[in-house]
Amino acid sequence: MIRIEPRDAPSRWWTIGVPVASALIALLLAAIPLMAAGANVFEAYAQMAKGIFGSKFAFTEMLTRATPLIFTGLAATMAFRAKLWNIGAEGQLYLGAMAAVVVGTGLIDAPSIILIPIILLAGAAAGAAGMAGPTYLKTRFGADEVVTTLLLNFIILIFLQMMLEGPLKDPMGMGWPQSEPIVDNAILPQLMPRMRIHSGLIIALVAAGVAHVMLSKSVWGFKLRAVGENAAAALHAGIGVKRTMMSAAIVSGGLAGIAGVSEVAGLRGYLTTDLSPGFGYTGIVVAMLAGLSPIGVVISAIFIASVFVGADTMSRAMGVSSYLADLVVALSLICVLIGGFIARYRITRTNKGGQ
Amino acid sequence: MDILQILISDSFWAAALRIATPLIFGVLGALICEKSGVLNLGIEGIFAAGAMAGWMAVWLGAGLWGGLLVAALVGGFFGLIHAILTVPLGLSQHVSGLGVTMLATSVSYFTYRTALPQVSSPPKIVPFQPLDIPVLSDLPFVGPVLFQQTAMTWLALVMVALVWWVLNRTPLGLAIRAVGDNPDAVDAQGLSVYGLRIGAVVAGSALMALGGAFLTMSAFDSFFFGMVNGRGWICIALVIFASWRPGKALLGALLFGAFDAFQVRLQTEVGAFVPSQIFLMAPYVLSIFALVIVARRAEYPGALLKPWFKGQR
Repeated sequence: MIRIEPRDAPSRWWTIGVPVASALIALLLAAIPLMAAGANVFEAYAQMAKGIFGSKFAFTEMLTRATPLIFTGLAATMAFRAKLWNIGAEGQLYLGAMAAVVVGTGLIDAPSIILIPIILLAGAAAGAAGMAGPTYLKTRFGADEVVTTLLLNFIILIFLQMMLEGPLKDPMGMGWPQSEPIVDNAILPQLMPRMRIHSGLIIALVAAGVAHVMLSKSVWGFKLRAVGENAAAALHAGIGVKRTMMSAAIVSGGLAGIAGVSEVAGLRGYLTTDLSPGFGYTGIVVAMLAGLSPIGVVISAIFIASVFVGADTMSRAMGVSSYLADLVVALSLICVLIGGFIARYRITRTNKGGQ
Repeated sequence: MDILQILISDSFWAAALRIATPLIFGVLGALICEKSGVLNLGIEGIFAAGAMAGWMAVWLGAGLWGGLLVAALVGGFFGLIHAILTVPLGLSQHVSGLGVTMLATSVSYFTYRTALPQVSSPPKIVPFQPLDIPVLSDLPFVGPVLFQQTAMTWLALVMVALVWWVLNRTPLGLAIRAVGDNPDAVDAQGLSVYGLRIGAVVAGSALMALGGAFLTMSAFDSFFFGMVNGRGWICIALVIFASWRPGKALLGALLFGAFDAFQVRLQTEVGAFVPSQIFLMAPYVLSIFALVIVARRAEYPGALLKPWFKGQR
């Protein structure tokens, strides 16, 4: 008879090996759709590599793409650690971007050193509010936060359209639904001349470091993990479960909001409804691939960004649909789930009837 | 006065039933999965896969009913992936479901783009046509509302009865409900917990895919990216609203359809004063509102979200 039993604490090798293997397997599995599309598989992989490592520009583009994914990956990590299912990072990102536009297009006139922290804080506050709402509905009324955050994503995107056709519309925008440009003093500085890479990346890396310390070294992080692992036991131990969840929600939503600020003030310069091609949802994959570790999020965001940027290049060169990237991202999530199972359990044979 | 006129018009109720149809399939599918103890957040992607696969089959020459069969099989396939991940492997139902949504959506989009590289306007099929039943279709009010719908709407209504009957009047239904409430008891009876749950998730996912197929094969005649537009998530909210009962699920979907049809008509009345987005937001806001109202009283299936391993108590 086959039994599934938990393994002793998975070793460090498993925790690092599983995500790496999952990512590689997902990349290899991409060969199947590539063949189905009639493409030369080796050339396709070569084109993808070229799209990431082919030039200094390509490499900085990849890091530019990784920046919002680090933020949304951290957002998912902080919430999921408390077993708070924030699937609304996409909407919270747009709330952050809207706040940045409200504050950063001329409302406040201040030097960069003051204005940039202000728009970051405004974006974080808007994103945090976007997650605090569903969390309140969960703790007060028991409304499932998965459903409410998912539905809020749609509501917020429609709200954004309304704002961009109304109060936030750029009067000089030739009728396009886009916001006024962010003022120069609120623009996040470029990191390299003639490249799009911007200091949002630095902020993302600092955020990952801070998140790591808060999660593994602070009392708050301990409470958060306790609530996530066993809410009943945490409550019994005197931890304010609802308060802890709300604080996780605020941190998570805030990080997603900063992702929006970083995109709008670091990359685009103004806000449109296509600011994010699903960074919020992809952040969930980033977080899972990272094993919900903030430092791991940086690495997995770079991997996922590479897949997207590489697939774009491959798509342009070979005419294969760039939806291949989404396929690889989905496959890596499923692979890392299965890998996590293999790391946690082992399958053993026992004699029939024997204990 | 105008509002009253809307509410008594046959075109309004016909539209309500039409809008409700994909949701009926989706809510029933999600209901079957959850009754067995498995939350299936793959629904949004399975809708997209059903919409694409059913349409593609017909576009390649299959009949409409053949297309529905293809959609159901594709939905069942993605359901099987979710079932394997969450039932024998016992992995997080939330994350696995989102993974299946991403996988099913990206596979559908990739397949569509690969089969039809850059077409200027999406190709069309001949979709299900409104029924034309002698006498019945010509009845006042009832005719347009009920008997001029497409066959898929009738299939959805039949499914409500069928799912109710199976769940409440057959030993299989009893077993499915028990496995979602107390899997240990089912195991003690010598029934397979894994088998029942996997079967329920596959069947439920096939139904969800029919909801998607309605979009491309009855409501419209071609496939668009992003056409599912949150309908799957709305179904997940409606299941809770319906307390996991097929009859109430039908009622919830109809109320939703009526509300959506109403807001479209209201928009033409007051559209000059109110931004159209307010109306577009309304269905999602309504879903959250409904969820908040019923959440405290909702009696979730006892073993929902809880993995079960054979030989472990």
